[in-house]
Amino acid sequence: MYSYSDFDEAFVRARVAQFSQQVERRLDGSLTEDEFRPLRLMNGLYLQLHAYMLRVAIPYGSLSPRQMRQLAYIADTWDKGYGHFTTRQNIQFNWPKLPDVPAILSALADVQMHAIQTSGNCVRNVTADHFAGAAADEIADPRPYAELLRQWSTDHPEFQFLPRKFKIAITGSPNDRAVTKAHDIGLRMVRNAAGEPGFEVIVGGGLGRTPMIGVTVRDFLPEADLLPYVEAILSVYNALGRRDNKYKARIKITVHETGREAITEMIEARFAELRAQFGGADRKLLAEIREAFAPPAFRNAPTDAYDAFYKADPVFRAWADTNLTRHRNDQYAIVTISLKAHGQTPGDATSDQMRLIADLAERYGHSDLRISHEQNVILPHVHKSDLPALHAALVKAGLGTANVGLLSDIIACPGMDYCALATARSIPVAQELATHFEALKLEHEIGPLKIKISGCINACGHHHVGHIGILGLDRAGVENYQITLGGDGTEDAVIGEKTGPGFAYDEIVPAIERILRAYLDLRLEPSETFLQAFRRVGMEPFKAALYEAEGERNAA
Amino acid sequence: MSRRFTPKVVTANLLREGDVVYLTADDRWSPFHHEAELIEDEAHAQMRLLHANAQKLVVVGAYLADARPGPNGPEPTHFREVFRTRGPSNYPHGKQADLAN
Ligand code: HEM
Ligand code: SF4
Repeated sequence: MYSYSDFDEAFVRARVAQFSQQVERRLDGSLTEDEFRPLRLMNGLYLQLHAYMLRVAIPYGSLSPRQMRQLAYIADTWDKGYGHFTTRQNIQFNWPKLPDVPAILSALADVQMHAIQTSGNCVRNVTADHFAGAAADEIADPRPYAELLRQWSTDHPEFQFLPRKFKIAITGSPNDRAVTKAHDIGLRMVRNAAGEPGFEVIVGGGLGRTPMIGVTVRDFLPEADLLPYVEAILSVYNALGRRDNKYKARIKITVHETGREAITEMIEARFAELRAQFGGADRKLLAEIREAFAPPAFRNAPTDAYDAFYKADPVFRAWADTNLTRHRNDQYAIVTISLKAHGQTPGDATSDQMRLIADLAERYGHSDLRISHEQNVILPHVHKSDLPALHAALVKAGLGTANVGLLSDIIACPGMDYCALATARSIPVAQELATHFEALKLEHEIGPLKIKISGCINACGHHHVGHIGILGLDRAGVENYQITLGGDGTEDAVIGEKTGPGFAYDEIVPAIERILRAYLDLRLEPSETFLQAFRRVGMEPFKAALYEAEGERNAA
Repeated sequence: MSRRFTPKVVTANLLREGDVVYLTADDRWSPFHHEAELIEDEAHAQMRLLHANAQKLVVVGAYLADARPGPNGPEPTHFREVFRTRGPSNYPHGKQADLAN
């Protein structure tokens, strides 16, 4: 795992010292709120509905056990004993008090973490495939590139005041688990005809009020050219981006208004200038960074105990079937620890759970931890012979839920339970969907399904790319939920289609049930997933199930 | 005839703790919505908001929220303001726990 250089360390400490003084000056009145707000936002501190919220970056989703324990310590010392993992591979603390924030930032710096650039119009935390370095389908580990991008973008003088926030996602696998097409820049590793690795560069994706799938500006960028190329994109955006209108300021609008060809030409022209200037310094740095991401010393041991246990224990088998992913080493598995126990808040972990996960990572997982954009925790390297013991320990802590990739593995933003921008709640909708279908014992029969919920059009819950998306709105002072179907966040990314009029808070769970019963009726065979079925039959049967049934009921 | 003014309360978050508070008629900041001053007049509402905004070391983000009279004092009308009187719905945190009884 990457360890801070002296430069990183000094920079983060200096920022903590600066912010500590800024908080002091706010508290003694020398700074007004208008002066202080941008300063606190630069350090990840928001004011929410009921309290402040501190957003801490987990660069490319990678975390050491020591860092996880420190997050638990922060949760216990200055918050309410839990943290919320988000779709941007951050953790949010929902209850810090302003005078305590400098101490929290200092505690984060002790474990090489910070909250810098988790807000504001700068390059945000770079997100990556949470299976990086472990996935069987991977061409190369994307984390060294992500770390290179982190170092380059942190405090980059030219890119601190972009027209709007800027989000980069990277995956080292052709199968996109990082939703690269919904980011300002998406980098997807591919091979060219000669078999060399490089990146497909996707620009101008984004969700929010104007959802767009990114466009490919380069089918193949040699990996050596990554940094000058990304800088060229930022540079073109910085010059062209609409600073006059917040709603048109994201690069997706710039790409849309400029046109793919014109913007590609501008990027290439700028790239030609920059490439020469970089002069190979980035290559040297990348080589150094790469050493920090060397694979762990994989154990070579028999796995028959795992096979026997898998056959014998149905509870373990159910968990293994949903929560394990193929590792590039056949003796190993990638374990997804579900933070979606039925009825719990998606993405929340208590401090006890964090400590246990840290212990388990040390005991069984080569001390490597990941946070996924789907709000779960990953142990990327677990030897199969350790899986039964690991599973037993997880179950005891309420972390053994076997639902990864199923209906109750829902992404939900904080919504109106926390967020000051929300127009409706999202967490309780997720909780009720999970418990309702658990009671019906239907989720395994329904199979792979991604439900994603946002509490306003900002789309932090990725609802546009959910197979079923739910958007909470305020319709004349009442919570109302709009449904979209057919969204997809993979390499075949699609924005979901609206079904029609929305549903009230107490109608949304029955509405989703009607959609899913229609799916069970019309699928060709159990292996046809909801998304495949939707692509085959289109919207009509689902609309009928949603609205005709409602009409009949109203008429009755 | 002028349009009827929807009654308001002044609400904000405490600068240090972030807690939701309401401005009372006797110039205190109360955690209870029902203790807020119910303002029935637009000009007076603007005066009270100015008064709130001047207290830079106590509160942040003061604004006027719709309210209506109730048996125990002003009640919120919009669901967002109802949630602000209680705290989140997924945990017994915030006012619903801190101020129980
Ligand atoms: C709670 C405080 C939050 C605030 C104030 C906030 C604010 C916003 C805003 C204003 C946008 C729209 C940006 C645009 O369209 O230009 C946005 C988008 C987004 N946010 Fe949040 N957000 C919050 C929490 C979260 C959380 C908890 C997550 C992760 C679960 C998250 C992840 C995202 C994502 C993925 C997007 C959409 C992608 C895009 O930028 O186009 N945000 N957020
Ligand atoms: S989608 Fe809206 S409600 Fe949800 S976290 Fe983002 S800004 Fe808040």
